[in-house]
Amino acid sequence: MNGARNQAHDGARPGRNDLGDVDEDARRDAHAGDRHDARDDDRQVARNGDPLDGERAVLEAPDINRALTRIAHEILERAKGPEKLLLLGIPTRGTVLARRLADRIEQVEGRPVAFGSLDVTMYRDDLRLRPARALGRTDLPEDGVDGRIVVLVDDVLYSGRTVRAALDALNDLGRPTAVRLAVLVDRGHRELPIRADYVGKNLPTSRAETVRVCLSETDQRDAVLLRGGQR
Amino acid sequence: MKRHLLSTADLSREDALLILDTAEQLAQVSGRSIKKLPTLRGRTVVNLFFEDSTRTRISFEAAAKRLSADVINFSAKGSSVSKGESLKDTALTLQAMGADAVVIRHGASGAPHRLAAWVDGSVVNAGDGTHEHPTQALLDAFTMRRRLGELDGRRVTIVGDVLHSRVARSNVHLLHTLGAEVTLVAPPTLLPVAMDDWPCEVSYDFDAVLPKTDVVMMLRVQHERMNASYFPSAREYSRRYGLDPERMGRMPDGAIVMHPGPMNRGMEIAAEVADGERSTIVEQVTNGVTVRMAVLYLLLSGSEPAIGGNQ
Repeated sequence: MNGARNQAHDGARPGRNDLGDVDEDARRDAHAGDRHDARDDDRQVARNGDPLDGERAVLEAPDINRALTRIAHEILERAKGPEKLLLLGIPTRGTVLARRLADRIEQVEGRPVAFGSLDVTMYRDDLRLRPARALGRTDLPEDGVDGRIVVLVDDVLYSGRTVRAALDALNDLGRPTAVRLAVLVDRGHRELPIRADYVGKNLPTSRAETVRVCLSETDQRDAVLLRGGQR
Repeated sequence: MKRHLLSTADLSREDALLILDTAEQLAQVSGRSIKKLPTLRGRTVVNLFFEDSTRTRISFEAAAKRLSADVINFSAKGSSVSKGESLKDTALTLQAMGADAVVIRHGASGAPHRLAAWVDGSVVNAGDGTHEHPTQALLDAFTMRRRLGELDGRRVTIVGDVLHSRVARSNVHLLHTLGAEVTLVAPPTLLPVAMDDWPCEVSYDFDAVLPKTDVVMMLRVQHERMNASYFPSAREYSRRYGLDPERMGRMPDGAIVMHPGPMNRGMEIAAEVADGERSTIVEQVTNGVTVRMAVLYLLLSGSEPAIGGNQ
């Protein structure tokens, strides 16, 4: 079922002071830059999916597989079929996930579902905090987004600022019937009133931790890796 | 760090490809119903034009507006420049107004370099004298890449008044950086004296080069700069260096014809050629807006620019 219901707040567990070493990590990571950027920084470094020092896998390939299959069914059930659906991934890994979801939906329904990618770089609110960056790909179907049920797909939901940018970008592209949000991992710490409709896994984290999503298309293997907080 | 786009010789291969790739993504914007992005909201771009220009100025203005920047147009006619104000005083005025970028066209080669030392914003060279016109070269490369694919090993022939052409200079450097082989074709009188360090071939014989070329770029005969007898008559120039349908017929299949505009129809290029299927002249104008958006985006959107040379 829809696991996203109340997790936005439950997921947020900043400052787990019962464990001394978490604070130490927090201090060290505070120098790493703006906290909103932690996820993007992870994306920019080309690494394979092997865990680094201090990283542990919270989701392995079979878990990711099952989560995506469940989300595909949930999307279909709510949309009552694939006809009006358009899955739009946010580059880079959101695009990969959108393609996988589209494959699964096609397997279930026997009919193809539209999918594409939506780059939100030009709409971000943190552009001026860092050097100018390259754009990702935007691929939309010929007939655009008007009248479609758009499902935005991303790998990690964190501050919600990327999703806000995506909503602004969609607004300039047309008028979908509805916009929904599917993410593989919801790690909490929202800074905007945004909530996912479909969640692979709710992952309570501290802000000092980093979440890294690896997918075989981009990182050789499937895994969700967590680093920073200790258990 | 402040960076500018003054010369294509300053662009590394990575920078040049980043601009072209960014433009590739931005090209979609001109096909949308809302042709506007919010990225440069609150930034000010000054178009500082000391020389006449239609397409370049309008193109920069459209590019800046599509990125939501505020645009101030400044032309020398009707400004304090006609009262004798110096370039430096004009620059300080712009500085006081808080220009984030200055797009400058000037009749004197090197004027943008001087300006870059006086203002805090990024300076974009929109053509200086007979020196450079970097965004024209970028849009030409972008147009070639869209028609022909990657430029590595492509043979480009640039024909005409190389001596006075900033377009030719910028293209020679940029196309060389991108891996293309450039041949300049012109009468000896219309070639610069010191070309030893230019990364290109030179020929006086258009017909010999023609069958081995993927791109023919015709340059405008600049009547306003023809202050000496560079060639005996317009008819002779046209016969030896003009592109007519008969010559175009000897180009390889798939080869394209380019012209930076404005054209002298019947002089360096025949009307049938300019309006023909191989011609990219109208595309070049469309692509100009896209490429200039990419340049402004990469110079202005972040905390520091992603491209360009240091000054």
